[in-house]
Amino acid sequence: MDHLDQLEAQSIYIFREAFARLKKIALLWSLGKDSNVMIWLARKAFFGRLPFPALHVDTGKKFPEMYRFRDHYGKEWDLDLRVEPCPPIDAVDPTLPPAARSAARKTEGLKMALGKYGFDGLIAGIRRDEEATRAKERVFSPRGLEGNWDVRDQPPEFWDHFNASPPQGAHLRIHPILHWTEADIWAYTKRENIPIIPLYLAKDGKRYRSLGDRDITNPVASTASTIDEILIELEQTKVPERAGRALDHETEDAFERLRVAGYL
Amino acid sequence: MNMIVTTASPATPNGTTRPQVRIVIVGHVDHGKSTLVGRLLHETGSLPEGKLEMLKAVSARRGMPFEWSFLLDALQTERDQGITIDTTQIRFRTNSRDIVLIDAPGHAEFLRNMITGASQADGAVLIIDALEGVRDQTRRHGYLLHLLGVKQVAIVVNKMDRVDFSAERFKAISDEISAHLNGLGVTPTAIVPISARDGDGVAEHTDRIGWYQGPTVVEALDRLQPARPLEALALRLPVQAIYKFDDRRIVAGRIESGSLVAGDEIVIMPAGKIAKIKTVESWPDTPVAGRQGAGRSVGITLDRELFIERGDIIAHAATAPRETRRLRVRIFWLHDKPLAKGDQLLVRCGPKESRATVVAIEKAVDPGELESRENKAIGRNHVGEIDISLSNPIATDPYTDNPRTGRLVIEVSGRIAGGGLVLSVDAGQRAVPIDIVPVESALRLDERSARYRHNGAVVWLTGLPASGKSTLAKALERRLFTNGGSPILLDGDTLRAGLNSDLGFSAADRSENIRRLAEVATHLARNGHIAIVAAVSPAREDRATARRIADTAFREIHVATPAEICEARDPKGHYKKARAGALASFTGIGDDYERPEAAELVIDTSARTVADAADEIELMLKKTGVLFDEVVDLAANI
Repeated sequence: MDHLDQLEAQSIYIFREAFARLKKIALLWSLGKDSNVMIWLARKAFFGRLPFPALHVDTGKKFPEMYRFRDHYGKEWDLDLRVEPCPPIDAVDPTLPPAARSAARKTEGLKMALGKYGFDGLIAGIRRDEEATRAKERVFSPRGLEGNWDVRDQPPEFWDHFNASPPQGAHLRIHPILHWTEADIWAYTKRENIPIIPLYLAKDGKRYRSLGDRDITNPVASTASTIDEILIELEQTKVPERAGRALDHETEDAFERLRVAGYL
Repeated sequence: MNMIVTTASPATPNGTTRPQVRIVIVGHVDHGKSTLVGRLLHETGSLPEGKLEMLKAVSARRGMPFEWSFLLDALQTERDQGITIDTTQIRFRTNSRDIVLIDAPGHAEFLRNMITGASQADGAVLIIDALEGVRDQTRRHGYLLHLLGVKQVAIVVNKMDRVDFSAERFKAISDEISAHLNGLGVTPTAIVPISARDGDGVAEHTDRIGWYQGPTVVEALDRLQPARPLEALALRLPVQAIYKFDDRRIVAGRIESGSLVAGDEIVIMPAGKIAKIKTVESWPDTPVAGRQGAGRSVGITLDRELFIERGDIIAHAATAPRETRRLRVRIFWLHDKPLAKGDQLLVRCGPKESRATVVAIEKAVDPGELESRENKAIGRNHVGEIDISLSNPIATDPYTDNPRTGRLVIEVSGRIAGGGLVLSVDAGQRAVPIDIVPVESALRLDERSARYRHNGAVVWLTGLPASGKSTLAKALERRLFTNGGSPILLDGDTLRAGLNSDLGFSAADRSENIRRLAEVATHLARNGHIAIVAAVSPAREDRATARRIADTAFREIHVATPAEICEARDPKGHYKKARAGALASFTGIGDDYERPEAAELVIDTSARTVADAADEIELMLKKTGVLFDEVVDLAANI
């Protein structure tokens, strides 16, 4: 087993645990490279199908390429796709800086979707290496009744045993690719020939390393126009992956405040 | 804010792979873990561009001197409290290794995070403050590393600048910690004097530690070995699920050890059923040829339809795990409430879950002090050895035989409350599992029934406490015996003293109590006896289970004495205690007794004598073909 095989086996194990132990789960599909890998892994876990809904909490501000990708592969992969809207910006905490406030719409949209369907588990494609607060996550991460994350009181999690009994009315976030890195995602995407949104590949000296909403996501300078070139670029770069995500950089604690409130 | 840049991916385009080693850094709070990690990132060129400058700016804004530990303490709350809260995973490279660093907190409050981190590690760095020396926490962490099975431990003696880089002080600490670890069977891979703040000994030897000839921290990390492959051990495939998405019935799970290939003969434990692997399924290409080894998440189909459920273990017949209901476990306890003898728990051994009772506490140790305490209870953050009795059999291995399957976690109220290593499984098991073929009795049923003049039956008396079940049961027993029959009384409480002593009074335990009563009674009935069961058995569902087990031999009698009369009788004083709130989960004063809908007989003992009621039962048994009677003369009973 090589490194990618190990990552894959671990993720499949997590998927199967979530499916066995929770009553009603859904996968959060953000259309980006990570959640596409996640869907692929789920289909490996369940022999070609996704036996639960794929939920796209839609801010309405994604790139057109992303919507095209969603509509095409939602059909091709035979997903039970649920597209859920987000509330308008004025419904969101006005004390957050602008980009974070924009991102917080997604948190609200997520809460609305949770209320609508009553999921007890949401599968999310966050990774430990993306960002410092995500590094502290559990694989099965309980969320309070408000969807909030209590970083100071996380349950112990070891030996691949997960706390899968959320309190009544609360839900769990399940993170099957928490242990993957950005380079792992690309190497696996290449190996498995998983379709990608072209925005990740360099055009006119720029590419997106991470895709969010149009208004708060910027491309990075890059000449990497193939996955192989992306992998070489990642070997050498010292620029963090989310450098193009405005909300991470507005204030020192903006991202953490978002996550504590229930952001991914 | 962004932390880590990932340079390390063994899956490089040119296909080279470097061993990856997962390391945990532990030690007493404030001995400098975060500082060392910050330093290591800097020294190995792993910091994102501008990170250092940004943090220095943040420190300046706050009017504080820059601290290396800020790199990790990215969370606002942590900077406010000055303690690391949770496990953070960071990657960097040494010359020949990809290191995944798990930074574990040192504050006692957060021991569960440290365990969460350390349980995933191949090796550990234990950090000690040169001025303060070995502290409780240091010892406790050392002990826990040993308990978690982390064998490679490098010691770092930090803050040497505070002791003037004294070689004597360094030696004193080295000797003390070595003695402690050696006592646990752990030999340090290196003991390195450093100043994490100034950088001495982290990546470079400096003049200030010129008297030290050993490896730097980076060199010590470079020598750690990745985890050993588990392929060489016996096959263990714990079943996570059975999928029937299409016409295939796929048994899914992760191979924890050993390997398998289509055509293998396997045994499903604990049931002991034998089958052959038909195919190994996958996606997008299926089926897969070739051998599948430890670590793979697989799906297999079998050559026959067997009852398999989540938690079963698939193994090769010659090297199957032991089936047991008793385990000796060395545990660490993380829950606020101490663990005591008699406690009811949920145990998870891989995907298998089983309710369990603590039947003995053999040892209880505070690893900080390392002396055994009174063996009454295991307190929070302490370790100990316990015996547990499981309510259903599980298949497992001692952890010395198999580190993957020989460990379990304990849950209390749905949250992981502790974990442990299986030291031994109960002896007296089948050495080689086989298909279960019950041994037939030497006697034929008709031989018995000719002698007893009745067929076997399970006569199940259900009703409120003090409704008269036991009185009736004994009267019936005497009556049948006098007539030459073979009655056997099974009272719910009698079995609870022995066979069912591991069960409490939770709903689940009550169900299990009923299930076992039914199984024992059914066994007797199949051998021609009349098993008379007297049990409150308040849950309709449980009685349905009993009926399903005993099948056509089941005769249900509802002893329907009115509740107020039962309470007035109260021979055991239970109603009185329950009214006073001193008897939890007592059936009778609530509306928790579910009346049978279709009992073979309903008897109200408040309106008739015992002999009278026994007559009625006898008549019912005759009518329903249990008792042989020349002719049931209905007229005689009018």
